[in-house]
Amino acid sequence: MEIFGVPLQAMFGQLLLGLVNGSFYAMLSLGLAVIFGLLNIINFTHGAVYMMGAYAAYIGMTAFGIGYWPALIVAPLAVGVFGMVIERTMLRWLYKLDHLYGLLLTFGLTLVLEGLFRSVFGVSGQPYPVPDALRGATDVGFMTLPNYRAWVVVASLAVCVMTWYVIERTRLGAYLRAGTENPQLVQAFGVNVPLMITLTFGFGVALAAFAGVLAAPIIQVNPLMGSNLIIIVFAVVVIGGMGSIMGSIVTGLGLGIIEGLTKVYYPEASSTVVFVIMAIVLIVRPAGLFGREK
Amino acid sequence: MSRNAIGYALLVALGLVAPFVLYPIFLMQALCFALFACAFNLLIGYTGLLSFGHAAFLGMAGYAMGQAVKVWGLPPELGLLVGTAAAALLGYVIGSLAIRRQGIYFAMITLALSQMLYFFCLQAKFTGGEDGLQGVPRGDLFGLISLEDDRALYYFVFAVFVFGFCIIHRAIHSPFGQVLTAIRENEPRAVSLGYDVDKYKLLAFVISAGLSGLAGSTKTLVLGFETLTDVHWHMSGEVVLMTLLGGMGTVLGPVVGAFIVKTLENRIGEFGELLAASTGIEWFKTIGDSVTIVTGLIFVICVLAFRRGIVGEALALFRKPRG
Repeated sequence: MEIFGVPLQAMFGQLLLGLVNGSFYAMLSLGLAVIFGLLNIINFTHGAVYMMGAYAAYIGMTAFGIGYWPALIVAPLAVGVFGMVIERTMLRWLYKLDHLYGLLLTFGLTLVLEGLFRSVFGVSGQPYPVPDALRGATDVGFMTLPNYRAWVVVASLAVCVMTWYVIERTRLGAYLRAGTENPQLVQAFGVNVPLMITLTFGFGVALAAFAGVLAAPIIQVNPLMGSNLIIIVFAVVVIGGMGSIMGSIVTGLGLGIIEGLTKVYYPEASSTVVFVIMAIVLIVRPAGLFGREK
Repeated sequence: MSRNAIGYALLVALGLVAPFVLYPIFLMQALCFALFACAFNLLIGYTGLLSFGHAAFLGMAGYAMGQAVKVWGLPPELGLLVGTAAAALLGYVIGSLAIRRQGIYFAMITLALSQMLYFFCLQAKFTGGEDGLQGVPRGDLFGLISLEDDRALYYFVFAVFVFGFCIIHRAIHSPFGQVLTAIRENEPRAVSLGYDVDKYKLLAFVISAGLSGLAGSTKTLVLGFETLTDVHWHMSGEVVLMTLLGGMGTVLGPVVGAFIVKTLENRIGEFGELLAASTGIEWFKTIGDSVTIVTGLIFVICVLAFRRGIVGEALALFRKPRG
């Protein structure tokens, strides 16, 4: 069976790949949005911490014999703690300044982190095995579904939805949303806002690291995997706007799928299609699809 | 003569004797980057717009200039014109899109669009993809003066730099520049005073892009090749670093920053050897391979402790009331 001259198998294969990429976009742009809401900082290191998550899993496996499943918890925790240290020691000093300094500082940190990992591990990719339980593929009728990729999509969606639930439906999330609107007032009500900021940053960073661990078996773990991704995620954020959690998730997934489809029908444009969409959105709806300009 | 005029005269004199003391190719490269940083500073320092995609203009102009001179056989001066025009046109397109959003979004949009251009240059035929555009001839200036001689080329490049610098200097100190400063300080108020803010921003963006293009095409003339390095986002970061280190919003800061960063990149290997010899830590020897760590650290230090930059700090010291 074919759709517009493309075999159905290949089509679904690319769609799944797009969905996998889309879930990474969703997780990263979600973290960026949460951090931006409370800290007013665009975290350029988001790509680097995604890369660090993958390396944490890799190092855990080679040096300490930690398998994939524990790494899924341990790596984000470790990287999240690292993020909190960065927040406490550096970002803290920038909150009263223009947003731009936050971007510049995190950009500098990205260069340092990438450079360090490159000088230790080199530029070539390190393989990370797919966990035993998720090897192979399942025949689901219209296509053979690689188990691991299916798991990535399910796991990321679950994490995204959980994040949405916590932020929009719980008391903790209510504090967070209130802190985004008016930190002084929330502080006056007795909430420890500085602690909340640190934890939020740690959470956003851990989310990116979690995405990194999920990505490790799919792509080769390499120092540049983050910076290739972060710029696309920036475009995703511009398209979706950072106003809504669900918006980030939907935009991320949607753009991943569109990218996958582009790979099928017009492969030359697959690396630029997200940017083209961004340009179109800027013309038609400058505030972004789900955006509220702050 | 005012103190400023004397200062500039001294700097020009310095520029005229420099090639007798230092390696001309290095000087020319540094001058190109100095012009690039000055053009960038017009946006960040005087309009308050952080463009994270200025590499696009540097690189695109370089490719356009290379194409014009190598394939179309144009003389170098027309080549520079083609490069500058290409960058200004691209600046118009990217600028009109980016000014639709403010603040941090502006930075993300310029970064994303320049990344798109990077992928375009990677795939397009005329750029030579990964190999780059090689063998761009220097040719004869106005059909008269051969630029094959490094020193002759140096004086031409120096003239181009002074020309670009004067345009920026004029723009900053004109009524137009005052409006840009007003936009930087308080955009809503500039709007309420009746200024068409978007038009001013776009014009500043196009001027900045065009002059970045002049810098990029001059660089291609000097080196004779153009590669993907110049359109990569690292380059966009580098120009931010030069401006930040030298001093955002100061006239000479970007020049100082560009010379320091370029010197550092050239000498970092030797610097690492020195550190390794004096501290006994072997790792410092490898620092030459990872320039990004050092540039990143400078970034972090500048943002945390040194936001006015070298020239900015010097001016602040100078202007402190005495006694």
